[in-house]
Amino acid sequence: MGGGPAAGGTTLSAAVEVRELSVRRGSHRALRRLSLDVPLGTITGLLGPSGSGKTTLMRAVVGTQVVTSGTVRVLGLPAGDARLRRRVGYVTQDASVYGDLTVAENARYFATVAGRDRDAATRAVDVVGLASRAGQRVDTLSGGERNRVSLACALVGAPDLLVLDEPTVGLDPVLRADLWQTFADLRDAGVTLLVSSHVMNEADRCERLVLLREGELLGQFTPQELRDTGGTDDPDEAFLRLVRRHAEQRHRGEG
Amino acid sequence: MHPAVVRATVARVLRQLGHDHRSVGLVLGIPVLLLTLLYYMFVDVPVPPGQPSTFDRVGLIMLGIFPFVVMFLIPSIAMQRERASGTLERLMTTPMGKGDLLGGYGIAFSLVATLQAALGCAVAYLVFGLETEGSVLLVVLVAVLNAVLGVALGLLASAFARTEFQAVQFFPLIALPQILLCGLFVPRDQMAGWLEAVSNVLPMTYAVEALQDVGANAEPTGTFWRDVAVVAGCVVAAVALAATTLRRRTP
Repeated sequence: MGGGPAAGGTTLSAAVEVRELSVRRGSHRALRRLSLDVPLGTITGLLGPSGSGKTTLMRAVVGTQVVTSGTVRVLGLPAGDARLRRRVGYVTQDASVYGDLTVAENARYFATVAGRDRDAATRAVDVVGLASRAGQRVDTLSGGERNRVSLACALVGAPDLLVLDEPTVGLDPVLRADLWQTFADLRDAGVTLLVSSHVMNEADRCERLVLLREGELLGQFTPQELRDTGGTDDPDEAFLRLVRRHAEQRHRGEG
Repeated sequence: MHPAVVRATVARVLRQLGHDHRSVGLVLGIPVLLLTLLYYMFVDVPVPPGQPSTFDRVGLIMLGIFPFVVMFLIPSIAMQRERASGTLERLMTTPMGKGDLLGGYGIAFSLVATLQAALGCAVAYLVFGLETEGSVLLVVLVAVLNAVLGVALGLLASAFARTEFQAVQFFPLIALPQILLCGLFVPRDQMAGWLEAVSNVLPMTYAVEALQDVGANAEPTGTFWRDVAVVAGCVVAAVALAATTLRRRTP
């Protein structure tokens, strides 16, 4: 798991390399010339307000987004390459599982699709803390539990890269802490995680941060660098200051 | 194709349908109900001596049409739900092939269709005394094949539907012209030339011709087997076309 040599035999340092990526959705420029790296073996947080392009970027990484220009390389291969389908796990923002099946039935189905066995399904349900609900139909679970089923269905494939779109949204603080602990355990097991959130105070849970606003990159930081750059301990305030600075720079650039 | 994934998909789709008892009841019950209606509609209609009864003529054809109608909508809606729930996008990021998914859907609903067609034929022959020159097994064969045709066209139609509303609208668009022009209401050789030409390219026409052939001949004729082959070919073509319209990347 984790690392592994690139297709060309050289050692990879970044699990995801995005270069000059632009995406248009209709007349809307969802992403504008974005370049960033997700280092291997880290939890990288993708932060930004809703509508900033987080989901579009994640879809480009997992290869379901039609891109306008630029390149995305994942684990040394072009995003969407067939060989990546066994190595990348994707959890969409809304739980993408079958509500009319039980937790265990969902996990077993996605395990088979990923070429794994029933044990892998049982383990994944265990990891997300739903073992006691395994026989329950998903549409009878709470929203937070449904999201965890969705996560389990991505974990069954034992991916090297996990792409998680707002996995903690709508969770109570205890569950949120549990889930971040699960992410840390996965990272310690060698998995790279790209996790989006619009809650800035989740920044401290990540080793690396990518800040997006209106489809543009505000910067890549460690949580400490974000504090230093923003000149404040409050991540929300730091984000705000960065946005202002970015706007001023652009204004000067145009003027 | 990954046989294990196709098998798992068949089991998953059947399990989803099985959890929905009312749908199972409707799928199996509707053709029986409609056949009953049809029987009592025609039971007192006088028939010239020497002619087959109206129910023998129309009921036989309906054994092919009802399963088509019922099975067209179900996979179409199921696929649309798969799209709306995000599970389709998720599956497209996994090693699952497009053929695995469509094959799984096709086989699962074809199994249901077989049950439905067999039940319809049993009621028509045993309860309402339907009589045909040819074997009931051939009637079941065509009924199943026609239901599978419904499944395949439903899967194809769902590719062009963005919402469930649109998926439902494809039904009158694709199914009704086939029913109108298949030769049930107006014999095909009495239609205007251009209508007959349209009728010639609609798969339902061949299914109905095959059923009429079983109704009139003790042994299956060459026409029967040709018609069966045409319908089967349309099934394969529709599924293949549906697979090409399934996109891993979307805008």
